[in-house]
Amino acid sequence: MPSDETSYDVLVIGGGNAALCAAISARREGARVLVLEASDAFWRGGNTRHTRNMRCAHDAATESLSGPYTEEEFFEDLMRVTKGRTDQDLARHMIRESKTMLTWIEEQGVRWQPSLGGTLSLGRTNSFFLGGGRAMLNALYRTAETLGVEIRYEAEVTALEIADGMFLSATVNGETLRAKALVAAAGGFESNIEWLKRYWGEAAENFLIRGTRNNKGTILRLLLDAGVQEVGDPTQCHAVAIDARAPKYDGGIITRLDCVVFGIVVNKHAQRFYDEGEDIWPKRYAIWGRLVAAQPDQIAYIIFDASSLKLFMPSLFPPISASTIEGLAEKLGLEPAALRETVDGFNAAVQPGTFDDKVLDDCRTDGLDPPKTHWARRIEEAPFYAYPVRPGITFTYLGTRVNEEAQILMADGRPSANMFAAGEIMAGNVLGEGYAAGIGMTIGGVFGRIAGREAARTARGNRAQGTIAAKEATDV
Amino acid sequence: MSEALFAERTATAGSVPNHATASLAEADRLMTVCNSCRYCEGLCAVFPAMEMRRAFPDGDLNYLANLCHNCGACYWDCQFSPPHEFDVNVPKVLAKVRNDSYAHYVWPGALAGVFARNGLFIALAAAFGVAAFIIGFAAWHDAATLFGTHTGPGAFYRLMPHNTMVALFGAVSLYAVVAIALGIRAFWRDIAAPRAAITDWASIWQAVKDAGSLRYLDGGGVGCMNDDEKPSDARRLYHHLTFYGFMLCFAATSTATLYHYLLGLEAPYPWYDLPVVLGTVGGIGLLIGPAGLLAAKWRREPDLIDETRLGMDVAFIAMLFLTSLTGLLLLVLRATPAMGVMLAVHLGVVFALFLTMPYGKFVHGIYRALALVRYAHERRLESHG
Ligand SMILES: Cc1cc2nc3c(=O)[nH]c(=O)nc-3n(C[C@H](O)[C@H](O)[C@H](O)COP(=O)(O)OP(=O)(O)OC[C@H]3O[C@@H](n4cnc5c(N)ncnc54)[C@H](O)[C@@H]3O)c2cc1C
Ligand code: SF4
Ligand code: SF4
Repeated sequence: MPSDETSYDVLVIGGGNAALCAAISARREGARVLVLEASDAFWRGGNTRHTRNMRCAHDAATESLSGPYTEEEFFEDLMRVTKGRTDQDLARHMIRESKTMLTWIEEQGVRWQPSLGGTLSLGRTNSFFLGGGRAMLNALYRTAETLGVEIRYEAEVTALEIADGMFLSATVNGETLRAKALVAAAGGFESNIEWLKRYWGEAAENFLIRGTRNNKGTILRLLLDAGVQEVGDPTQCHAVAIDARAPKYDGGIITRLDCVVFGIVVNKHAQRFYDEGEDIWPKRYAIWGRLVAAQPDQIAYIIFDASSLKLFMPSLFPPISASTIEGLAEKLGLEPAALRETVDGFNAAVQPGTFDDKVLDDCRTDGLDPPKTHWARRIEEAPFYAYPVRPGITFTYLGTRVNEEAQILMADGRPSANMFAAGEIMAGNVLGEGYAAGIGMTIGGVFGRIAGREAARTARGNRAQGTIAAKEATDV
Repeated sequence: MSEALFAERTATAGSVPNHATASLAEADRLMTVCNSCRYCEGLCAVFPAMEMRRAFPDGDLNYLANLCHNCGACYWDCQFSPPHEFDVNVPKVLAKVRNDSYAHYVWPGALAGVFARNGLFIALAAAFGVAAFIIGFAAWHDAATLFGTHTGPGAFYRLMPHNTMVALFGAVSLYAVVAIALGIRAFWRDIAAPRAAITDWASIWQAVKDAGSLRYLDGGGVGCMNDDEKPSDARRLYHHLTFYGFMLCFAATSTATLYHYLLGLEAPYPWYDLPVVLGTVGGIGLLIGPAGLLAAKWRREPDLIDETRLGMDVAFIAMLFLTSLTGLLLLVLRATPAMGVMLAVHLGVVFALFLTMPYGKFVHGIYRALALVRYAHERRLESHG
C-alpha cells in the first residue's frame, strides 16, 4: 500500500459501474489507482447494484442478443426518447464506443445472460447481466482487486481542493488524499431530498428513492462550486410510479408496479388524472412518476378488479383488497362516495371491444375526460384491488459538462487539466430528458472506461494533447 | 397516507395464506419477491421453475427447495440479501425447507425426528453395527480366529461365513431400499409431479446428465460461492470425488459379488484385480472428497447455513469418510492379525451406513435427482408449447 500521499496517479470517487470501469481502465494503463466508496462493502456500487441490463450497439446477433442493433438505430432511439435534447456529437461518440463495451465488460469478468432468458422483451437491444447488477459489480470489484486497484469503503469524500480547474486533493474522514488526476463517478443527487426540494418544493418529501441513499450529489456540488460547467435541467430525472409502501431508499426493481394499464389511477380525491391506456406500458411507465408527483400529496391509487389480478406478476406487497368499491375506498382513506362516482362514471364510458393486453386494442372509453384509450374494461368484478403509488426517483440528470475524452469542462469552456467524470454525474450530457432502458449503464461504462484511460495518461504524462491525437488513441 | 394503509404494510407478501411451517411461509415470501425481480433467472434451475408458477403452495416449495443445489450465488448476487430490510436469503431458506422435507417424507413416519438428531443417531447406529459385527465374529469362531492371520481366497469367510454376511447385508440393504422407495413416493406425490415425468426418458436422461455433472452447483457458470462472493469450483470437485468415489466402491462390491457367484472366485482378491482396483481408487476419492466437503462446510459463509441440520450434514460426510478409511485400512492390513477386527469394523460401519441411509443426508441425492427429472420434464413441456 502506498504510504506516500502523493503516490496515487488516479483517484476515483464512487463505487458503481462508472467508478469501477474507470478504475480498471486506469489500472490497465499502468496507473496506481485508489477508489473511494462512501458505502460499506455490502452497499457498494449505489445504483449499479439494482440494475439488470445495458444497451450497446452491435452489428450482429450474439449469444446474448437476438439481433443487430446498429449505431444509427441506437441514435434514433435516443433522439426519440430525449426529444432531441442531447449533445448529439457526444451521444454519437458514446454509441460508437458502446460497441466495444460488450466485449470489454466481458473481459472484466462480467457475464451476460443468454438471449430469450430475459423477462423484458428487450433481448435485441439490451444485454442482461447474469445474476443482475450486483453480480456484475462483484465481478468488476474482483477484477479491480486482482489488478491491484486499491479500494476504500466508508470513504465519503467531503471536500475537494481544486485550483483553477486543476484537481489537487480530496478529503476523506479528515484525511487529505492527493492524486495526479481525478475521476468523479459519484452518481447524481437523487438521494438528497433537500436538494430535490429546491426544484420540487415540499413535494420532494414524498418521493421515494429507488436506489442508494448515498448519491447525495456531494461531489457534483463541490465541482459546480469550483467553477465546473453545469449541464442538464435540474428537474429532469428518471422517475416511475412505485408501491407507496416501499422503503424510502433501495426498494429497487421489485417495488415497481406494472398494472396501470389494467385499471384506473385516481388521486387522493378519487379523481382520475391521465389516460392509463395511452400506449404500451414499456413506452409509458417512465412518465407515471412525474404524473403522480404532480398530484396532491404525491399519492395515487391504481384501482382494478378481480378480472385483472392474474394478468400481471404479483409484486413485493400484496394489493389492498375489499369486496366493494366503498370498502376499498375506506381502506385507502379515500372518500367512498367519490371513488364510487369515479368508478361508475368510468364504467359507463367503457365501449365494447376485444381486450388484448399484447397490442393496442380497441377497448376504450367514450366521452370521458381524461379518456382511457386502450384496455378499458369495466371495474365490476369483486373483490376489488388497489395499489397505492408514489413517485420513485431512479436518478437525476443534472451534471458536469464533459467532452469526448470524458474530460470535465470548466464554466469558460476550457477542459480541466486533470478532472474527468463518468456515469450519473454527467448523464445530463446525453440525457436532456426521457430515458431508454439500459442507457444508464452505457453512460457509466463507456465514459468510465474513457475517463479512467485518459486520467491515467494524464497522470503519467503521456496523454496526447488535442482532440485529433486523442482520438487516435481511443482504441483499447 | 391513511393509517389503514400502514397497517397493511407488510414485508411478507407471499402467495398462499397457509403453510405447514414458518420456513415454508418464508420460502413463499421469497419466491414471490424473486418472481417480481427475476435477476437470478440465469443462475440455476430454481428460478426458471419458479417463473412457471404464480403461487407457491407447500408442495411446489418442496420441489423448488430440492432443486436448489445451495451454490450460494443468488445470495451474493442479490441486492436484497441481508442486511437489506427485505432480507432475501434464498439459499438458507431453501436449505431449511429442503431439510424439513426429508423428515416429511421419511418412512416409517415415526422416525421423522431422527433427521434433527441425525448426528447422534448415526453415531449410535455405527457403534451398534461395529459392536454387533465384532461380537458376531467372535461368537462364530473363537478369539484365536478373530486375531489370527488369514490369507488367500476365503480368508474373510473364516471369520464369518459368506452366506451370513450376505444375509445380513441383504436384509439391511433391502430395508434401506424399501424405506427410500416409500420416501420417493411421498415426495413425488407431495410435489404433485405428473405421472408422465417419471416415464419420460428424455427428461430422465437430462436429469442424469445434470445431476452427474452437478450442473447447478456452478453458480451460473463460474463456480459456487461458498465462502464469499468469489466463486470457486472446489465444492463441485470434492462432491464429484465423493459421489464417483462412492459409485466406484459400489462397483467394487458389485463386481466382487459377481466374481463370487458367477466365477466362484472368493475374496480377498489380489491388489491388481478389478474389485480391489475399483475399491482402492473409489476409496481414495471417498477420502479426499468428504474431507474437502467438510472443510468447505467449515469455511462456508455462516449466513448461508441451516445451522439446525449441521449435525446431519456432518454425520453423513463422516460416515462416508469412515467407510472408505476402514475399507482401505482393511486392504492394507489384510495379511496381518489385525485383519479380523478391521473387517468387523469395516463391515460394522458399512452396515450402519446402510441402516441410516433413509434417515440422513444420503436422501438429498435422490430427491434432487427426482426434482431435476421433473424440471427437465417441465422445461420440455414449456418449450413444446
Ligand atoms: C432500481 C433501479 C434499476 C435500474 N436498472 C437499470 C438497468 O437495468 N440498466 C441501466 O442501464 N440502468 C439502470 N438503472 C440506472 C443505473 O443504476 C445508473 O444509471 C447507474 O448505475 C449509474 O452508475 P454510476 O456508477 O454513475 O452510479 P452508482 O452506481 O450509483 O455509483 C455511485 C457511487 O458513488 C458513491 N458516492 C456518492 N457520493 C460519494 C462521495 N461523496 N464519496 C465517495 N463515494 C460517493 C456512492 O456510494 C455510489 O456507490 C437503475 C436504477 C435503479 C435505481
Ligand atoms: S435472489 Fe434477489 S436478485 Fe435474485 S431473483 Fe431473488 S430477489 Fe432477485
Ligand atoms: S443457491 Fe444456487 S442453486 Fe440454490 S437457488 Fe441460489 S443460485 Fe440456485
